Amino acid sequence: MQAYVTTRTRASTIAGIAAIGLVALAVAAPAFVSRIVIQDLFFILTMLMLAQLWNLIAGYGGMVSVGQQAFVGIGAYAMFGGVLLWGWDPVPAIILGGLAALALSVPMAFFAFRLQGAYFAIGTWVVAEVTRLLVAQWRALGGGTGTSLPRQVTADIWGVDWVADLFGVREAAARDILAYWLALALCILTIAAIYWLLRSRTGLALASVRDNDEAARSVGVDPRRVKWLVFLAAGFATGLVGALVYMQTARISPDAAFSVTTWTAYVIFIVVIGGIGRLEGPVLGVLVFWGLQTAFASYGSWYLFALGIIAIVVMLFAPRGLWGLLADRTGLALFPVQRRLILPDKKA
Amino acid sequence: MIWIETLVQGLMLGGLYALFAAGLSLVFGIMRLVNLAHGDLIVAAAFVILLVVEMSGLNPFVSALIAAPVLFGFGYVLQRAVLNRVLGNDILPPLLVTFGLSVALQNGMLELFSADSRRLPAAGLESASLNLGVSTVGTLPLMTLASAVAAIFVLNRLLYATALGRAFRATSDDPVTASLMGINPRHVFAMATGLAMVVVTIAALYLGMRSNFDPSIGPARLIYAFQAVIVGGLGSLWGTLAGGAIIGVAQTLGAQINPEWQILAGHVAFLLVLLVRPRGLFPRARD
Repeated sequence: MQAYVTTRTRASTIAGIAAIGLVALAVAAPAFVSRIVIQDLFFILTMLMLAQLWNLIAGYGGMVSVGQQAFVGIGAYAMFGGVLLWGWDPVPAIILGGLAALALSVPMAFFAFRLQGAYFAIGTWVVAEVTRLLVAQWRALGGGTGTSLPRQVTADIWGVDWVADLFGVREAAARDILAYWLALALCILTIAAIYWLLRSRTGLALASVRDNDEAARSVGVDPRRVKWLVFLAAGFATGLVGALVYMQTARISPDAAFSVTTWTAYVIFIVVIGGIGRLEGPVLGVLVFWGLQTAFASYGSWYLFALGIIAIVVMLFAPRGLWGLLADRTGLALFPVQRRLILPDKKA
Repeated sequence: MIWIETLVQGLMLGGLYALFAAGLSLVFGIMRLVNLAHGDLIVAAAFVILLVVEMSGLNPFVSALIAAPVLFGFGYVLQRAVLNRVLGNDILPPLLVTFGLSVALQNGMLELFSADSRRLPAAGLESASLNLGVSTVGTLPLMTLASAVAAIFVLNRLLYATALGRAFRATSDDPVTASLMGINPRHVFAMATGLAMVVVTIAALYLGMRSNFDPSIGPARLIYAFQAVIVGGLGSLWGTLAGGAIIGVAQTLGAQINPEWQILAGHVAFLLVLLVRPRGLFPRARD
């Protein structure tokens, strides 16, 4: 038997099989859970996607962006624009949201990549603020106060009738189920794409750039190309998520869609608490975040106060997050990206 | 005439932004620490001053004098107990910790003081004005600008003409070598943050007398402060003053053209400067 290199572990094989079962269960979920649960699952899936995408650019790419809300907001607004101004159906208009975010990420990258470290963080934040202020001037979409999708549009979304008939539910509940399925599909696609990217040559290049820019260059990696690729891809996907979230709520305002707290601070907390720089981190983080929110949301601001303190404590005492603590003790990796050499005698 | 008037108003506003920024500039310049909670700390300091005013009945200036040592102590402990642990080459940990602090402060203040707008009583000072010939200016904005210049002058003297300032600069350049010379970097960093909190108290005093404040306005003050620091250039306190003036003038010019463009104009000026000079106008230190 020959020696070979693999990233697979026994845990990852089991996790892969379990994931397939979990996905099948999740697809069928609308048949046997209530609308509230579907909305919770939708929230979990969208936050998980945002967390994975931020983790990709910050945890793997070393680009600490505080401006991801720009992509959520512009994606959501482009979707609303497609629907309200050009008469698109909201579902294809989600793609428009992604494209708008992609278009915004080009000038943002051009500008922010000239800046280092802290300047990068503040620079992306300011670009997001500029986008928010410009969108608030867009009178056709409600200016600073925002606007809603009219009822005749939300009732007519592709597939809503079909879902309503299938489960015998009303139009609003059917829209939630549709949004949930789209979120599920997009989430699987996002995680699969990130996992594939990290296992490819580009993923290796990305990690090498994060760890040492000059050493990466010396072995032939072009840092600019890798960073551009990842930043643009994350921008596009973040825009899709923004459009999807606001298709479900059907109501938008610049302050909500471009909220630094909701779309960047919480997302960062999820990644940090779960474990930055690994795919399992955001999954664990989003479950902890949702659990805390469900348990303590009635405490209002004290809950958010506690969340901030928890993030500080985790960063001080477990800088690689809860999954990091677990992985350090057990070596467990559900999405392994580390390449290991398997020698023939070890197999014997 | 209207343009001179606008320019003068912009410079006054720039004074306030320079005050917001001076503490940030000091901390950022000495330990490369990006404090994302700086804006919320300014608001928190304003609430502390308000508490002193309400409990003692003294005027805001005296109250700020009482609040300053308390906030200095808070800054010292914050740096020593929390922020020193995350300093290093990786900018992510300090960024995340201060982000957590920012969210915790905002929501803690919301619970303690409610979302109501508050104001420090300035005893008629806010409506007083002086005629300077070319333009009439408010007494309070003029005092703000004068305080900003004074604060930056004092900080600069402190940095370049005292033993503590020498320790600041030495630790900033090379903490390991500085500690060989008998300097304790952790103490020096904590002194810097404590000092920054004193400047924050001055900034909070003028913020609170000039306009209403509530627990949610911190992040916007942070952005203005950061813009002033970055436009001015890392490590240059006078640069920070110039940066504040540029952001202030850009905002008042924008507001003159269209009231909705005030904030946008400041952001655009910031982006333009960074596009031309990614390290700001008067950078002293190398990253």
